[in-house]
Amino acid sequence: MPLAYTPTSVPVIVDAEACIANKGCTVCVDVCPLDVLAIDKENGTAYMKYDECWYCMPCEADCPTNAVKVEIPYLLR
Amino acid sequence: MTTENTEEIMQVDVLVIGGGTAGPMAAVKAKQANPKLNVVLLEKANVKRSGAISMGMDGLNNAVIPGHATPEQYVKEITVANDGIVNQKTVMAYAEKSFDMINLLDSWGVKFEKDETGDYNVKKVHHMGTYVLPMPEGHHMKRILYRQLKKHRVKVINRYMVTRLLTGKNGELAGAVLLNSRTAEIAVVQAKTVVLCTGAAGRLGLPSSGYLFGTYENPTNAGDGYALAYHAGAELSGLECYQINPLIKDYNGPACAYVTGPFGGYTANADGQRFIECDYWSGQMMLEFYRELESGRGPVFLKLDHLAEETIKEIEEILHSNERPSRGRFHERRGNNYRERMVEMHISEIGFCSGHSASGVWVDENARTTVPGIYAAGDLACVPHNYMLGAFVYGAIAGEDAANYCAENDFAELDLEQITAEKQRVLAPLQREDGITPYQMEYKLRRMVNDYLQPPKVTKKMEIGLERFNEIKHDLQYMSAKDPHELMRATEMQFILDCAEMAAAASLYRTESRWGLYHYRVDYPETDDANWYCHVQTVKGETEQAECFKREIDPYIIELSDDEKGAYNKLRVASTTA
Repeated sequence: MPLAYTPTSVPVIVDAEACIANKGCTVCVDVCPLDVLAIDKENGTAYMKYDECWYCMPCEADCPTNAVKVEIPYLLR
Repeated sequence: MTTENTEEIMQVDVLVIGGGTAGPMAAVKAKQANPKLNVVLLEKANVKRSGAISMGMDGLNNAVIPGHATPEQYVKEITVANDGIVNQKTVMAYAEKSFDMINLLDSWGVKFEKDETGDYNVKKVHHMGTYVLPMPEGHHMKRILYRQLKKHRVKVINRYMVTRLLTGKNGELAGAVLLNSRTAEIAVVQAKTVVLCTGAAGRLGLPSSGYLFGTYENPTNAGDGYALAYHAGAELSGLECYQINPLIKDYNGPACAYVTGPFGGYTANADGQRFIECDYWSGQMMLEFYRELESGRGPVFLKLDHLAEETIKEIEEILHSNERPSRGRFHERRGNNYRERMVEMHISEIGFCSGHSASGVWVDENARTTVPGIYAAGDLACVPHNYMLGAFVYGAIAGEDAANYCAENDFAELDLEQITAEKQRVLAPLQREDGITPYQMEYKLRRMVNDYLQPPKVTKKMEIGLERFNEIKHDLQYMSAKDPHELMRATEMQFILDCAEMAAAASLYRTESRWGLYHYRVDYPETDDANWYCHVQTVKGETEQAECFKREIDPYIIELSDDEKGAYNKLRVASTTA
């Protein structure tokens, strides 16, 4: 059973300028209840790796540089 | 802990599973009872922001505060709201400890609303009594709990989930098998006691948006504890009494009438007319909600547009900073200004949650399940309408009782065959290079839950549902996970499958209607006290299928008069009767 790749537009957006993941910060990744955020090591920023969001906002609330913004997932908007 | 390559097994006296609300309290109380105990708090996410209250809570829904309510009144109200099917001793154990718990939380720094004299400012939302205590600054709840965990030196392990509990020769608890959600590392714990605090089964039905994670409950609460208890041989109870909530349509979060009610907001039909006398969540209220939604006066709305500007501002401040703060963002995009128009509501997907209804793992007034060494507290423990404060109280009861159990019992021997079989089961999807993804299987399963289990319940539909669930069970051999994260979802998907099967079995077993919409059976529309004034228990049967039986209700400790018994059946505003 071969697998296909189906892209989705994700609700959590990270401002690459403001994000300090390149300095070792992982706060948003740590606090996400669903563990859907990750660090892109090449670019040194956090990003949403899995589209499994509860739009609950700890990632945004706890980000030390206000780099994270949580939108309502498109299917619910 | 042991990995596949080492033989070291971690020994724990009290293993608390789930670090949301009840869990941290259980861990702290076990440690206070005996500081020498090895107490571990295990969390699938991170205890700093986990569980139903990851962003805090806006109030206590069931505060029993002297001068406003008595434990006796509260037990009566919950008995009536739950159509008589309660073990009153468990509700009384909560009610008697409710006020002390509020004072403890107050001393820890939780900010409750108080009046000018410093007394708790309790509001009336329930049909009969007065139990709602607002926490306008409740967004700091998790931080306060975290401080207590540190202070009491509770060992916290994040990003591990339990896949199965292990049992000893006599069926008692022996330990647990753990899975790391980031590395797929398997670990084994030998434990004298576990306290299940894994919350509701919130990913049972599919939200009408079709978004798997757009659930009412925190979707990390996939029903883990229900399935863990089931496979360990424990009794579950009231699973036919689903959780179904009135929510903001599409956003799928609370509207929230408990907060807005005391300010003058209410649930209304399309004409802006009030049709229920009381917005407190009960099956009976949900049935009236459902009828209005399906009628020519539907859909249903939260009405605030008649309120003064300063009142609306205050409501916005509470609702848009607490519990589900992204509500404000949702309303903004929709142009839902509370001042100008009503907010459209609908009915949630089904779930299990004793915090709101009565579907849970059976516990007695000491938070003990029917398996020695296994405790349960919070949304998954069958103490009806227990909410957040009930989670704290039962977390405390469980932690203290587990500490006592540890003093009197030794570790049970681990069965290596159980462990090997479980490792193979859990890791199998990771070893398949291709196959069906956990997301496809979960989507199909939950869509079938909606099609066949969502009330109004019909016998034949639920039977077909069970057939579909069995087909999905057969397909598990094809499930493939590409990384540890997907393996976590694959494991959760199997918990959801267990819950779906249990929901169908319990619903089919009780051949009457009860709890309004929660168990409204079209082909058995009447409540039948002669045959069904009893609990319905669900256990894993010999054939590996869910089996049900009746459990007698313990004699009431608080008697009800006949007119009180029917109070929650009179929720419709008389002038709106069809």
